[in-house]
Amino acid sequence: MELIFEISKPGRSAADISKSDVPVFNIEDAISKKYLRNDLDLPEVAEIDLIRHYTNLSRRNFGVDLGFYPLGSCTMKYNPKVNENVAMLPGFTGLHPYADAEFSQGNLQLMYEMQKYLCGIFGMAEFTLQPAAGAHGELTGMMMIKKYFEKKGRKRRVILIPDAAHGTNPASAALCGFDTVELRSNSEGGVDIEHLQSLMTEDVAALMLTNPNTLGLFERNIEKVAQIIHDKGGLLYGDGANANAFMGKTRPGDLGFDVIQLNLHKTFSTPHGGGGPGSGPVGVGKALIDFLPIPRILKTGDKYSWSEKFPDTIGRVRSFYGNFNVIVKAYAYIRSLGAEGLTHATEMAVLNANYIKEKLKPYYDLSYDRGCMHECVFSGKRQVAENGVHTTDIAKKLIDYGYHPPTIYFPLIVPEAIMIEPTETESKETLDIFCEAMISIAREAKENPDGVKNAPLTTPVTRLDEVLAARKPDVCWKKP
Amino acid sequence: MDYCPHTPDDIKQMQAAIGVAGVDELFADIPQKFRLKQIPDIPSAMSELETVSVMSELARKNKLPQLTLTGAGAYHHFIPAVVGHIVGRAEFYTAYTPYQAEISQGILQAIYEYQTMIAHLTGTEIANASMYDGASAMIEAAVLCAKMSGKTKIIVARSVHPEYRQVLQTYCWANGYSVVELAYMPSGQIDLNALQNELDDQVAAVLVQSPNFFGVIEDIAPVADDVHKKGALLVAGFTDSTSLGILKPAGAAGADFVAGEGQSFGNPLNYGGPYLGIFAAREKFMRRIPGRLVGATEDKKGRRGFVLTLQTREQHIRREKATSNICSNEALCALAAGVYLAALGKNLRKLAELNIYKTQYLKNKLLQLAGWQEVFTAPVYNEIVLRCPDSKKLNEKLKNEGIIGGYELQKDYPELENSLLLCATEMISKTGIDRVVDIIK
Amino acid sequence: MSKQNPQDRLYSRDHEWVKDNGDSTVIIGITDYAQEMLTDIVFVDLPEIGRKVVQKATVAVVESVKSVSDIYSPVGGEVIDVNKMLEDTPELINQDAFGEGWIVKMRPSDASELKMLLSAADYEEMLKEEKK
Repeated sequence: MELIFEISKPGRSAADISKSDVPVFNIEDAISKKYLRNDLDLPEVAEIDLIRHYTNLSRRNFGVDLGFYPLGSCTMKYNPKVNENVAMLPGFTGLHPYADAEFSQGNLQLMYEMQKYLCGIFGMAEFTLQPAAGAHGELTGMMMIKKYFEKKGRKRRVILIPDAAHGTNPASAALCGFDTVELRSNSEGGVDIEHLQSLMTEDVAALMLTNPNTLGLFERNIEKVAQIIHDKGGLLYGDGANANAFMGKTRPGDLGFDVIQLNLHKTFSTPHGGGGPGSGPVGVGKALIDFLPIPRILKTGDKYSWSEKFPDTIGRVRSFYGNFNVIVKAYAYIRSLGAEGLTHATEMAVLNANYIKEKLKPYYDLSYDRGCMHECVFSGKRQVAENGVHTTDIAKKLIDYGYHPPTIYFPLIVPEAIMIEPTETESKETLDIFCEAMISIAREAKENPDGVKNAPLTTPVTRLDEVLAARKPDVCWKKP
Repeated sequence: MDYCPHTPDDIKQMQAAIGVAGVDELFADIPQKFRLKQIPDIPSAMSELETVSVMSELARKNKLPQLTLTGAGAYHHFIPAVVGHIVGRAEFYTAYTPYQAEISQGILQAIYEYQTMIAHLTGTEIANASMYDGASAMIEAAVLCAKMSGKTKIIVARSVHPEYRQVLQTYCWANGYSVVELAYMPSGQIDLNALQNELDDQVAAVLVQSPNFFGVIEDIAPVADDVHKKGALLVAGFTDSTSLGILKPAGAAGADFVAGEGQSFGNPLNYGGPYLGIFAAREKFMRRIPGRLVGATEDKKGRRGFVLTLQTREQHIRREKATSNICSNEALCALAAGVYLAALGKNLRKLAELNIYKTQYLKNKLLQLAGWQEVFTAPVYNEIVLRCPDSKKLNEKLKNEGIIGGYELQKDYPELENSLLLCATEMISKTGIDRVVDIIK
Repeated sequence: MSKQNPQDRLYSRDHEWVKDNGDSTVIIGITDYAQEMLTDIVFVDLPEIGRKVVQKATVAVVESVKSVSDIYSPVGGEVIDVNKMLEDTPELINQDAFGEGWIVKMRPSDASELKMLLSAADYEEMLKEEKK
């Protein structure tokens, strides 16, 4: 497909600008020439060509609305259309963030109530909705932990992170000046308690734990883990990316977590948008409330307002208040589902994942054969050993069957990992047909491995040369 | 409304296949003492009709202004109809990050086009696929400069957006960097003497904004010279990206990083988010910059295609050695920006000119009123600082007429009493401006 | 299959090789086994000439599409030259790890550190143990 620059023709435009109703003048009279640019190399296309260009591009893209998207750890659940609609109400989209509180009571109430709902769902004392994504929330959480110890007059340098953790965990910790130490998993896929005991000192600020972990397994020893950390005065940080596995069943706050971050674009059904925007609210227990970012919402009587009067805050992690429009969608989702709906969603998510696990277990090596939660992790080891068919090949072959592949090569502790998270919004039929495809691929990997290794064949482009893209990066088109 | 398709029959069959009598058994790993009976503090479920009703009522509790005179980092611009139609396509908005390139060529190509346009607009060679917002984009550039050089002092102009400076303070505290703020001159531009005094060989980066928070256009070239002479790097920010349509970009004037807010390109005000962090840099930093990058390449048949490239910079590979932890970004907002830029094309300049005409008209009309003065002397884009007899009273008056007044500078700049930062975009009509002036009289 | 590990040099446990030039300089690279593990190399982050490193410190970084590997200097010393060809053709390491794919030339500060390294035979023994 041609680039927008390649269909450009001088003199065309897809957007007109109103004639000025105020006096016009020579720009150089107001702004000296040295401050002005003398080139503007942007596309010139007619509206019809613009629309065709992007519409055709969209047809080369795969979203949840097209088909099953079992990306482990991403919770690609269906994005309810009513949420999209209400988020477009002018009352929500049209306000400037600096509008006086009198103008924005609806928005303030929404955010305030959202914070309360999240506290109820997750058992935390207070929430901030400021971070723009999960990783941003992790960084915010790390900052609050750092401030907590600073306030106590103690500098603790270490964050413990399990070997199965998402890359954002160590990255976030390091960005706060912490040293990261890797914590081993045991043979059951949980925290190695002995190793934790040996690592836990008074130099450890916190353990960053994803529960259930990236293997989709609930930490059976969570009480012991929390106790080991707290006994030495440390804090327990929870990566809430997998919250879809426990809503209505348990709460991180009750399990002993002192701070958690969530991903609204995962658990709370807001669209992934091709990579964003997301939203990463952070919940804290009483001990960390004072350190929450500012501004925070105050409720006096039935009026809401912003306040910066929190002397121990870590400050700000972004401009304005958060990814508000994303929060609107998540709020609508929570209101729409209610407690029953959220609990049911969790139950069906876990049911779906276990169902897939049972059906595929004879064909692919299961990394840990115990009850999984909302996602299950297989390994492509068997297929590699048999005929050199790798997890990448299996993933690419799934594309030819009309699916978005599951997450591959993560977590790092499972070789040739295949992480499948169906979510609750998929029907039994969808799961059955998907499993048939996976079983078919397993058979093909045995009987006709090249058929798998050459996939995908049905897409507009076949496998792309990533080596070339990394050796000679071309990230900006240049006119030939 | 429930989005689970499961019929009771489905559930029965699936439970049998798994070998459990009820769903509850699947949660056996959760210790009994931690089991929740019911989620507290949440209202009951609602039908779709009720959801719409509740949300509409909430939206109605807001008051949309007749007119807004505030910019200060978020701008009311016209969004052409094409933008909403494209970003509303489910193939785009219900997709995830394009790690599987073969089925994501749509978003990958769209972002490649966006990167290209942004690099050109900022006068640099590379732009990434987006950061969270203007503040985090600027500050992550500063952090990168510190990490690359090992130096720990950051200089920031006081004329950079107050919230951006707060974010800088937070990130620098977290990393153990020190921050020095630089004064501005009576012209409104950065004080070069003060800059030269603060620059030493411990400075990793200098942060300036143009147009700055006062709306004033900075002269970047001499700043870049001074900064580079001392072996530091220059990060130039902006808050209204439409300014790039008419002003000489900081990249062309010597900035190493150009990072700012892209909300003005096709994204609604949305009460502060989601916005769009634009991050652009010189080519030599390509392998160090944060964020995702789309690169062009070929498939096995020699056809052009696009992939996420140089992923070894990112957290999922470098983990604790990554210079940023960013994962999810603002992709859909970047798509909106790309569509916006493709739609306007060279008319972006006409749009910028219109903004300038409106702002000058607003300024001229207000200066005719008793007690109104221009505070700064340097040229401005679409925002200007004016001093008036009583800014608080004025904004109250306007508020009562349903108008969002100017941004009061005193709370961030105590020395600027009764001074308002006023913004006029193409969305304000002559009649609107005349009405404002009438009300103030 | 890995190429033969040349006898004319020494090896580290981190899969680097060190070749003594006989004039108190050495050349350092990674073994063929290492380049195979890394798969297609896309970029090599070379040190500045004049950089001083201690034994086992990171002296260069080698990137493939999906991984990043630190190259630990088998001996301490000063970097006196780097293989500039790797800037445009990092794949030289894949093609000829023991020859054209050399990475840095150093002046070791302590010749005795060479004694801690492995012979080709010992290195091959180590690889056999690892593979088990």
